[in-house]
Amino acid sequence: MNIHEYQAKELLGRFGVPVPKGNIAFTPAEAVEASKEFLSEDGGVCVVKAQIHAGGRGKAGGVKLVRSTDEVLEAAKSILGTTLVTHQTGPEGKEVRKLLIEEGCDIKRELYLGLVVDRASERVAVMASPEGGMEIEVVAAKTPEKIFKEIIDPATGLIPFQGRKLAFALGLEKPSINKFVKLLTNLYTAFTASDCAMVEINPLVVTGDGDLIALDAKLGFDDSALFRHKDIEALRDLDEEDPCETEAARYDLNYVSLDGHIGCMVNGAGLAMATMDIIKLYGGNPANFLDVGGGAQQEQVTAAFKILVSDPRVKGLFVNIFGGIMRCDIIAEGIVAAAKEVGLTVPLVVRLQGTNVDEGKAILADSGIDIITADKMDDAARLAVEAAQ
Amino acid sequence: MSILINSSTRVICQGITGAQGTFHTRQMVEYGTNMVGGVTPGKGGTEIDGIPVFNSVADAVKETGCDATVIYVPAPFAADAIMEAVDADIPLVICITEGIPVQDMVKVKRFMDGSNSRLIGPNCPGVITPGECKIGIMPGHIHSKGIAGVVSRSGTLTYEAVDQLTRLGIGESTCVGIGGDPVNGTDFIDVLTMFEADPETEAVVMIGEIGGTAEEEAALFVKEKMTKPVVGYIAGVTAPAGKRMGHAGAIISGGKGTATEKMAALRDAGIAVTESPAEIGSTLQQLLKKS
Repeated sequence: MNIHEYQAKELLGRFGVPVPKGNIAFTPAEAVEASKEFLSEDGGVCVVKAQIHAGGRGKAGGVKLVRSTDEVLEAAKSILGTTLVTHQTGPEGKEVRKLLIEEGCDIKRELYLGLVVDRASERVAVMASPEGGMEIEVVAAKTPEKIFKEIIDPATGLIPFQGRKLAFALGLEKPSINKFVKLLTNLYTAFTASDCAMVEINPLVVTGDGDLIALDAKLGFDDSALFRHKDIEALRDLDEEDPCETEAARYDLNYVSLDGHIGCMVNGAGLAMATMDIIKLYGGNPANFLDVGGGAQQEQVTAAFKILVSDPRVKGLFVNIFGGIMRCDIIAEGIVAAAKEVGLTVPLVVRLQGTNVDEGKAILADSGIDIITADKMDDAARLAVEAAQ
Repeated sequence: MSILINSSTRVICQGITGAQGTFHTRQMVEYGTNMVGGVTPGKGGTEIDGIPVFNSVADAVKETGCDATVIYVPAPFAADAIMEAVDADIPLVICITEGIPVQDMVKVKRFMDGSNSRLIGPNCPGVITPGECKIGIMPGHIHSKGIAGVVSRSGTLTYEAVDQLTRLGIGESTCVGIGGDPVNGTDFIDVLTMFEADPETEAVVMIGEIGGTAEEEAALFVKEKMTKPVVGYIAGVTAPAGKRMGHAGAIISGGKGTATEKMAALRDAGIAVTESPAEIGSTLQQLLKKS
């Protein structure tokens, strides 16, 4: 789960990570009001920042530096309600519904600081780079020698010398070195205490006075750990998430929207990906990834089915089930119930295999619903692609 | 011979009195697995179908002399359960539970430094040596004793491959689900090493998916160390970047971990890569004819 920049800064601020002062605004009038704290008659600078769950907002025109309340009004009017298209939003972009109005700061240097759970070391890793403001993937590809990494032992936590090592590598000077160690220590505490999956401070700014400030903040959380962070779960912004994915999550279904025309329902994540791939192999395009899980009940199968048929791009359905714990007869009953309830307007191909397959097939055959069936995965995929044409 | 488990493996179940634990313990007993005990804190002294339940893993080890444990404990408590099993020195710890917080697993891996236990999973179907011992949630009836070792990050996709191998009469020596989480116990290389050394395993099926670099590392191992033929399949060619595909570990991040990259690495290592999940069995059959 991801949260907005303003939420991330509020959270990090609570852990003692220095962030700029800022206020949130939903209308141009609120933006003007929010900026008054930072602008006076004889000057001052503040920043108007679009709040969407995607990076690259600056380049897309979603961040504006302003020096008066008139400019704030103008900037707020021009950004609010527009759809920003950045390299992370996809071509459809994301609508801006709120703004962060933030005090300006005296930028001397821009650094990069990130924390992730590193799969190779199976520990939390800190990555730092003097190339702040750039995408870290680009830095990694072009100048990997400019990325410095420290792996943190979960038993000790971040040790100050690791912070100093990074500070010296970044070329920081007194008094910024100790400030960096303190910031990083607090950031690591925030990371572990909140069960983050990823934290990115890009840029981390060194000011003219040698202070360090997190000018941007991106936080991603481990979905598996949200059960112990109700406060973080409450920060979820449904406007930023795919409505089908949200609906699927309500029923404990794993769903990801894709841009094809064949709706898929599969049990198990690996088989669900394999099903998408085999559709592609036979010349079709999957409309989604959908894993109904190992222990799905009829209600979940029905919900899954409804989500699939609600997508207007879907021209055919492919249900691919390999029954293990999940019994084929349960799936068959779910399909029949759903098809009768919502009505079947597109061809449906069902392939059942594994536990209780014969009972499942009998339920489908006796249902009176027009279902194309196949025993093998490749035959079923071919039929699904043909039927959806 | 087989790897990891056989007919003499003595197994306990952590979380045996829960719905999942009880259901799968019965399934395992039905398959012929030697279930010698269970653990549920606070329910020590009771029984499930005549199988004694203990308060702690240490008690279970002392009383039963078990050499493997299977964990069905809910995700919030699963890391604790794994570490309790490791602390009791059980050689093989198989964790089925899905959805363990990744930072809990980071702690588990640190706790396991220097221990003699091997962890399989979490978020996996378990391990089965057909006809001898099943530890996990896989449907036993689709398996048959044979010559192919199967190692996979997935559950149902493994069943798919196993079903093909069984229908073709190839059969399986042992099938190991290493799980779909980013931080897990046993990796491809560990299992490939065991298959290479196992006289009963004549060929290997390796099923990977997007995310991480475990497949690339395994490919290098196969290239340098393995003499047995290997068939590879990678799921997620059509998966979009930056989206988690069901499994916590199945995500292309920063452009890394794509199926295309992984397939190229496998091919480069001389692994017979099939692009169709329906042709895993037949690809292995052809490979066996050639050799």
